[in-house]
Amino acid sequence: MGVRTWIEGWPVYRQALGADRTGRGAAAKSRTSETLTPRTETADEVVKSICPYCAVGCGQDVYVRNGAVTQIEGDPDSPVSRGRLCPKGSASLQLTTGSSRVQQVLYRRPHSDHWEHLDLDTAMDMIADRVIAARRDHWQDEQGGARTRRTMGFASLGGATLDNEENYLIKKLFTALGAVQIENQARV
Amino acid sequence: MAECHPVGFQWVMEAKARGATIIHVDPRFTRTSAMADLHVPLRAGSDIVFLGAIVNHVLSQDKYFRDYVVAYTNAASIVSDDYRDPEDLDGLFSGFDAENRQYDFHTWQYEGREVQAAAAQRDMEYEDRAVRTAGRGEAHGSGGARSGTARTDPTLQHPRCVFQILKRHFQRYTPEMVEQSCGVPPELFARVCDELTRNSGRDRTSAFCYAVGWTQHTVGVQYIRTAAILQALLGNIGRPGGGILALRGHASIQGSTDIPTLFNLLPGYIPMPYAHPDQDLAAFLAAEGTEKGYWANIGAYTTSLLRSWWGDAATADNDYCFDYLPRLTGSHSTYDTVQRQLAGECVGYFLLGENPAVGSGNAKMQRLGMANLDWLVVRDLTMIESATWWQNGPEIETGEMTTADLKTEVFFLPAAAHTEKNGSFTNTQRMLQWHHEAVKPPGEARSDLWFMYHLGRRIRAKLAGSTDDRDRPILDLTWSYPTEGAIEEPSAEAVLAEINGSDADGNPLSSYEQLKDDGSTRCGCWIYCGVRADGVNQAARRKPGREQSWVAPEWGWAWPANRRILYNRAAADPDGRPWSERKALVWWDADEQKWTGHDVPDFPPTKAPDYRPDDDARGPQALSGTDPFIMQDDGKAWLFVPAGLTDGPLPTHYEPQDSPFDNPLYGQQRNPAREVLPLRHPANRMQPSGSEPGAGVFPYVATTYRLTEHHTAGGMSRSLPYLAELQPEFFCEVSPELAAERGLEQLGWATIVSARGVIEARVLVTDRLTPLTVAGRTMHQIGLPYHWGPTGYSTGDAANELTSMSLDPNTHIQESKALACDIRAGRRPRGPARLALLHEYQRRAGITAETGTEI
Ligand code: SF4
Repeated sequence: MGVRTWIEGWPVYRQALGADRTGRGAAAKSRTSETLTPRTETADEVVKSICPYCAVGCGQDVYVRNGAVTQIEGDPDSPVSRGRLCPKGSASLQLTTGSSRVQQVLYRRPHSDHWEHLDLDTAMDMIADRVIAARRDHWQDEQGGARTRRTMGFASLGGATLDNEENYLIKKLFTALGAVQIENQARV
Repeated sequence: MAECHPVGFQWVMEAKARGATIIHVDPRFTRTSAMADLHVPLRAGSDIVFLGAIVNHVLSQDKYFRDYVVAYTNAASIVSDDYRDPEDLDGLFSGFDAENRQYDFHTWQYEGREVQAAAAQRDMEYEDRAVRTAGRGEAHGSGGARSGTARTDPTLQHPRCVFQILKRHFQRYTPEMVEQSCGVPPELFARVCDELTRNSGRDRTSAFCYAVGWTQHTVGVQYIRTAAILQALLGNIGRPGGGILALRGHASIQGSTDIPTLFNLLPGYIPMPYAHPDQDLAAFLAAEGTEKGYWANIGAYTTSLLRSWWGDAATADNDYCFDYLPRLTGSHSTYDTVQRQLAGECVGYFLLGENPAVGSGNAKMQRLGMANLDWLVVRDLTMIESATWWQNGPEIETGEMTTADLKTEVFFLPAAAHTEKNGSFTNTQRMLQWHHEAVKPPGEARSDLWFMYHLGRRIRAKLAGSTDDRDRPILDLTWSYPTEGAIEEPSAEAVLAEINGSDADGNPLSSYEQLKDDGSTRCGCWIYCGVRADGVNQAARRKPGREQSWVAPEWGWAWPANRRILYNRAAADPDGRPWSERKALVWWDADEQKWTGHDVPDFPPTKAPDYRPDDDARGPQALSGTDPFIMQDDGKAWLFVPAGLTDGPLPTHYEPQDSPFDNPLYGQQRNPAREVLPLRHPANRMQPSGSEPGAGVFPYVATTYRLTEHHTAGGMSRSLPYLAELQPEFFCEVSPELAAERGLEQLGWATIVSARGVIEARVLVTDRLTPLTVAGRTMHQIGLPYHWGPTGYSTGDAANELTSMSLDPNTHIQESKALACDIRAGRRPRGPARLALLHEYQRRAGITAETGTEI
């Protein structure tokens, strides 16, 4: 490295003589950061999405590399958000890829003090059995002389964070099973 | 709005840059106030006084938009001679049944014609409408003729016309009353009135934006109704820059109301049927439909829904399987469900991306309900309090529950994130936007589409061959969706296609106008019909905003029919000309003989302004060319609501359930129809109010809210390091004056107490909260962000430990935006001592099971 290169590598020198007088841009960059490329440039594809938090519905660009989400940015095309995201939308990379996400089915037996793992297939089968039993045990054909044809045995809560298609299947399946206690956060 | 809908707020800032005046009415000074021209702090729970006084100002000072009011609202309609106002009955409307705490709405109807509501509680008319249709009506009911024409007085002078009733109803809502009840000085109030009325009329429009600060009250619906009256009087509905905009808090909370995971609705706001003897489809449709306007076509919407659910099993001969729908008896809201859980009648519970253990009103009641279940299924991204209350919930710490005694079996099923599934969200402007799958979900995480589809598949397989009549609805259900990939993910596109609907040949429909009541069409949600017009996913359209008009009609798809502003016929005058060039949106093109404009007209496209219906016309044809509110039975904006609301035709100020103040306007203290009695429980005690003995134990008013950096009950934010770092723990906001009064120190601890619970929070002493002078004395308010619970990186007590299950009778939403409480310095007691402190407060206030539950 020549002396000149060495001096030019000094941020204060660059700040004093270069265009970045406040030292918050190019002047502050290290040689390592010079060589970095943003994850957005190395992505295999960009998938169009929508922020999953509030109902403003900001557009998101989801960057994917090797089958994994590597970055989530605001979508400049969106007439709603024009590329912007708030702190929550900007943090959605952590929401989707963070270590807090549970990836296995967990099961707590009655009276137990701990979780155990259950495989998904077994869990689904157990839940189906429980729905059938609760439905049967708390079935109500009529009330006060009027036909009700329903079960009060189970309830569901949730939907405001889910897709329309998911809400549609929840309402359709549970209603066909005779459940009426179907609710979501719109009430809360 | 800047706090909770930050990116949406950029448009408010754009408007400000173009000269708009921004007024922020909120007990707290927030980021919104910082950008507003005017911040108006008021007492939480006093909004009807505030808004009602603006209504009074508009009426008494002749500031209303007369041409709009006469033509487009029901101001001229004459109301029944039997109607009595709270002015006559000291806070009650006519028709109150004190024993059942319900109103009989009949005296609220128009003279000469009984109308049906376009929303809300339509079943209240069942007896009149269905029974009479069945030819047995004379025995029941009000005698009011259902058909015909309501009498009107376009001069607005008749003493019983809506306009005069309105004037009288709000006459005591004065600036002095605002000062006394809201704590807003007259000069500040006058400025609000002036700014709003100056900016409304032919050339200008004003918008109201609100969020759950209005809905979460025992009179929440009536808060919004007051704004609706005001906006209709000022001519601010159906016009660009106008409206009342509900800023909703979840990505698809609008969608989950449209395609409702709500007990009282079917898709597209068709009511769920209540149980009535001998009710067939015809009786249901007669009762719930309107005579005029688009709700008269309820038969087409309902039949198409039943056909899409039960397919070929649904025929004209079997009433399209109408009998397959379970029936309601009263309220089955989430709060009523908790009561059922405690009674041991509801033994299983699915939580699908919701966290009631900290997020719902009276969090303890939620946990007690769950602790009495046989089984609980929690589907979420991360471990949330609703899945772990048996391990580390507050009741374990106080000793009220012991893990080994808890029988509930808990399944935690990891959910897929939005990046791992296809589907649509409906945002707060009713716009559907599709998000595409970017990657597969990790491990055993699955979408809720997957979960519901495969759960249904398994249950159907287990019940296959059953001859039990009760299994017919599940076995006859149309339930085959194509699946993709190794995990057999059902196709969200196929579900969207079912929602959109199809004709007899299976071709996609493009508009709800095509729906038929003869069984030939299918449609899973009539208001979403057209979202897949031409077989194209319109919700996935992404033509960049900068390449379109300001309406941006080619981005996503808004229901209904891609209209971006509802009731936009009102943007033109009765003759079909824009009220002003500046505010032109939709207008009548006389040469082409059709409606045209920047937005899709929300009106039959070729119905001329001078169209007048024949006397025997029905449905949309029965509304004239000057009736913009096409879902309404009379085509008008309702200043006065003759049907559909359970707590009165006009907004009336009642104090919150727990209030340090007496009602300054009426002897009636609280909303007489609020739901509190059925929810009585030792863990849901109410407080004395106003001048009742013991009310002084809870002298302050708390209000809950959100922060920019967290989301609702924290399930999607407290586990994220970035967001946890930005707001690392629970805190309360208090004014320097309150801090001095109670010895609270900045960054120290405070304990906050209501009749339901005891919590602790870090103290933020700030002049963002200012003491107000209410009823002649100084009143302090406490701000409580409600995002917390014991799990995640950012932790703290849940504000919902303090809130109660006392509900708005229309929506069954809890009152968490205004509640009386106490605050003291220091941390809360640990273990059983926490309960002891609660009981000491209850004792001091003299609280019993009856307290606060009287009418
Ligand atoms: S980025 Fe922020 S404002 Fe936009 S949708 Fe997400 S949470 Fe709402």
